[in-house]
Amino acid sequence: MQYILLIYGDERQWGKLSPGETDKMYAAYMQYSKALGDAGVMRAGSELKPTSSATTVRSRNNKVTTVDGPFAETKEQLGGYYIIEVPNLEKALEWAAKCPGAVTGSLEVRPLPPPHT
Amino acid sequence: MLDHLIDQVFRRESGRVLAGLIRTTRDFELAEDALQEACARAAATWPRDGLPGRPGAWLTTVARRCAVDLVRRRRASPSWTSERLAEEAVTAAPEEDPAALSGVEDDRLRLLFTCCHPALAQSAQVALALRTLCGLSTREIARAFVEPEATTAQRLVRAKRKIRDAGIPYEVPRPDVFPERLEAVQAVVYLVFNEGYASTDGQGLMRPDLCAEAIRLGRLLVELLPDELEARGLLALMLLHDARRDARLGPDGALVSLEEQDRARWHQDAITEGTALLDAAVAARRPGPYQVQAAIAALHAGAARAEETDWAQISGLYGALLRYLPTPVVELNAAVAMAMARGPEEGLQWMDRLSTREELAGYYLLPAARADLLRRAGRLEEARVAYAAALVLVRNPAERVYLERRLQALGNPPFRPSGVPLETPGTPPE
Repeated sequence: MQYILLIYGDERQWGKLSPGETDKMYAAYMQYSKALGDAGVMRAGSELKPTSSATTVRSRNNKVTTVDGPFAETKEQLGGYYIIEVPNLEKALEWAAKCPGAVTGSLEVRPLPPPHT
Repeated sequence: MLDHLIDQVFRRESGRVLAGLIRTTRDFELAEDALQEACARAAATWPRDGLPGRPGAWLTTVARRCAVDLVRRRRASPSWTSERLAEEAVTAAPEEDPAALSGVEDDRLRLLFTCCHPALAQSAQVALALRTLCGLSTREIARAFVEPEATTAQRLVRAKRKIRDAGIPYEVPRPDVFPERLEAVQAVVYLVFNEGYASTDGQGLMRPDLCAEAIRLGRLLVELLPDELEARGLLALMLLHDARRDARLGPDGALVSLEEQDRARWHQDAITEGTALLDAAVAARRPGPYQVQAAIAALHAGAARAEETDWAQISGLYGALLRYLPTPVVELNAAVAMAMARGPEEGLQWMDRLSTREELAGYYLLPAARADLLRRAGRLEEARVAYAAALVLVRNPAERVYLERRLQALGNPPFRPSGVPLETPGTPPE
């Protein structure tokens, strides 16, 4: 089964890190990605640029509105994701707990439905 | 009569049969639907043909055929998209006698851990455990928790859907998370017991049906995990509390305090069993919160008369319990025990410190316990105020009557002939 791990955190804290701390964080994520790869469970994953770079689009009655910013202001923001393939939720949760983002913020684990045939 | 017997069989066998069905079908919902249909067929044929020799095996065989039919029917309907369930898996599984098969107990253990998985809300865990392992109907669960049947039904449907969609596994947790998962299971069992023992909204104080189901689950846990001492502690704790069930309510439905209970009405068989379980667990010297609580209950149970209660030891045990469960409610009980061991003033000082804690605001037992200690200390005016404060907060009718009676026993507040000492019969709160 495929699961998406959505990594939420306070991006302002992220911005306040010193260069040394940022390097450390990236190193931790590199190591985590490598572990996922070595275990053969990683399908995709990436960091996201901060919400200040986000644009929200809605189309209503053939009229498109484009707004600066994320779709909702929240205390913690989506900062990255992984898609992994594991047998069940238990395994997905085990991997989620090991993610560096679980220490600094929260991870939301959501199953992806099987592809429609 | 036969209906009653069939009900008993369903209740006894359903957890076992369902657990096996989930293993073979790998689909929680399908297994349940199949079992339900098998039970319906049993209800239709058993009264005519008589009970089969091994009802559990009968139900398993029929339910399995029902599962195959259900899968075929679902495949025929266009809305059925999730086909990960292989019909062959069901049909290919050998006919087996559930009672004779090794690993059947593992099925029930897996089911218990699946039902109590932390990815499910606790209210859903409780409902699922009662539904699948105890075989209670949705209506019975709804009645037990005083909620509309539709609410319970929805809770169960959502939980089963989450198990399927999120892929909550049907397995015993791996060793590194096993202890916390076992705690979650025990918490669910104890929650069911407490809901039965001191219901907050029910008409009466106790709902013994829930207590009995919790004890059944507790027994199952001990049976499946014989090396887990805390599981034994939990079962001992429930048995020792349940032993007092007939003495806890007066003829008018009012709560009878532990001190005033007629100890001859305590169930000695439950006390004997609970104490034996506890003794065996404690001998292994790996204490935990349930064992400590059971030890406290055992000391109460062991006192032939209230005055013989070993409050010094109970007070010490509450100190130990606070290390595991540093909650304000445990602290309140610790304060009461200390007051009983060393006199009301020390307990009152502790409670005064506790009353500043936000978590206890609105908790009726704090003013109620304070009132009892104030009465013992002879500070009757303050006791009246505290009883009145508790009466504002109390919700359960049986507990309300108890408090009203206490308040009345203090007599009329303003005038009292001077020089006449008021009697202050001691009553330790439970």
